[in-house]
Amino acid sequence: MLNPDTVRADFPLLGRTVRGGKPLVYLDSGATAQKPQQVIDAELTFYAQTNAAVHRGAHQIAEEATEAYETSRDVVAEFVGADSEEIVWTKNATEALNLVAYGFLNASLAAAAAPGSAAAAAVTPEAVQRYALVPGDEIVVSEAEHHANLVPWQQLAQKTGATLRWISVTAEGRLDPETFSVIGERTRILAITHASNVSGAITDVEALVARARRVGAYVVLDACQTAAHMPVDLHALDVDFAAFSAHKMVGPTGVGALYGKRALLEDLPPFLTGGSMVEVVTMEATSFMPPPQRFEAGTQMVAQVVGFAAAVKYLSELGMDQVAAHESQLTQRLLDGITSVPGVRVLGPQDATDRLAVVAFEVDGVHPHDVGQVLDDAGVAVRVGHHCAQPIHRRLGVHASARASAGVYTTAADVDAFIAGLHEVRRFFAAPSDTGGH
Amino acid sequence: MADAMEQLYQQVILDHARVRQGEGELTEYGGESFQINPTCGDQVTLRVRLDPEGERIQALGWTGQGCSISQASLSVMHELVLDQPVARAEELGAYFRELMAARGKELDSSRLEALEDASAFTGVARYPARIKCALLGWMALRDALVQARGRA
Repeated sequence: MLNPDTVRADFPLLGRTVRGGKPLVYLDSGATAQKPQQVIDAELTFYAQTNAAVHRGAHQIAEEATEAYETSRDVVAEFVGADSEEIVWTKNATEALNLVAYGFLNASLAAAAAPGSAAAAAVTPEAVQRYALVPGDEIVVSEAEHHANLVPWQQLAQKTGATLRWISVTAEGRLDPETFSVIGERTRILAITHASNVSGAITDVEALVARARRVGAYVVLDACQTAAHMPVDLHALDVDFAAFSAHKMVGPTGVGALYGKRALLEDLPPFLTGGSMVEVVTMEATSFMPPPQRFEAGTQMVAQVVGFAAAVKYLSELGMDQVAAHESQLTQRLLDGITSVPGVRVLGPQDATDRLAVVAFEVDGVHPHDVGQVLDDAGVAVRVGHHCAQPIHRRLGVHASARASAGVYTTAADVDAFIAGLHEVRRFFAAPSDTGGH
Repeated sequence: MADAMEQLYQQVILDHARVRQGEGELTEYGGESFQINPTCGDQVTLRVRLDPEGERIQALGWTGQGCSISQASLSVMHELVLDQPVARAEELGAYFRELMAARGKELDSSRLEALEDASAFTGVARYPARIKCALLGWMALRDALVQARGRA
């Protein structure tokens, strides 16, 4: 069993104090995870020993940097059950999702252009065949999406005349299977989160992929919330594209990844264009490299990529089954603790089944910002606001929420300190008539 | 509870957050402003009506959702500027923005006195994430006054 106290010792930031000497209780890993020394050292060592431009230059350091960059791709690919050529580096998951959406858009623009025109020839015929959307086509998302997996599709629909439809969320914060039927004959894309960053509910990907397959829709999975918290095997899930981000996986900021099935990436038109992604450039036209390089324009975030590989190695050594088991215990402790505080409501499933240790909650009569402030004063860091997911908040009947989220280094003591803080929130903001003043 | 929270959430702030002045929809108005704090989604719609000469704030009403800091700030602002000349309301707004920029330091005594209950927000300026909460109403007022004056 994973020992969080040992894990904790690897994360230097967790040793610091906040707000006048209070030990830090970090329960905001859903927003961004802290980094172990191994990841910090990997970036440091890269800069101290190996830094050079990748995929160019004939000198030894350039060779080593390229090797580090490409080996990292192998490591991250293996971690998510993918092949190396199926992993594209992006600056974050948002860019990864936009990369796919813009691929569809570029194909759609070419398809809509006059036959024989330069615009029509801007992408390959295979790209048009696979990815061009026309008015009447449908894109399906869910009400639980993070804005990063909603807004790009909303934009794509607006620009192509496609219709955006969505799977609803139940009062418990799960995708409502009764509304899976919005996936229909005209559905071309199903873009869905692997787990809600608000309710913590894990999606039944298998059921949704099966429906998408029946109608020939592509499945885009937002795996940001799950990749560091449970085993994720993209080949087994059989999704077409997936996005995830290093910084939520105890890795660096500035790097994320897009997964795409090989044949699909092969036909996808480029998103960002420029250096490093081209074969032949003339003043009139350009031919593009095969994936993944086609989607990695310009100088890449090489040190962060190396740090990303160190992060997934760190998680692999802990064992993702162990991580999931550890965090499931924390989920239960969080739910039990929160429900034991009067006037506090969990926004999401009430039990730990198919649920991550991401627990949004509402304190009766106290705004989330004020909840977060009093917790912060006790050294407890939580997220407050709408967590970049306004529609699910609206669905759950709140404007915003506070959210505690755990990671590999979270301990039972962290959860207990948070629950004690919740009692303090209640006491501090109690109406004078309740307690005789705060 | 630690002193820091007592200093931030002064009793006057908690009181105004519970019993809010000026909350409600104004049906006759010359200026309206909708403001949102995109980081937390807090929002306010504020309406203002000037006297026929366009010089004095005759009525002010606001609706919205927000934390205790934003709600109390709106309530205190309502008390401060109602029946005041527009120029005075704008002056008070400038003082309040100055207070928020002071990182917890007090303003000179004449300004602090002019701000009355709003001086209780001095501690808010120590928390950069909360300054926007305190300013939400004042931003709305400034915007609504520009419109109201344009029409007067």
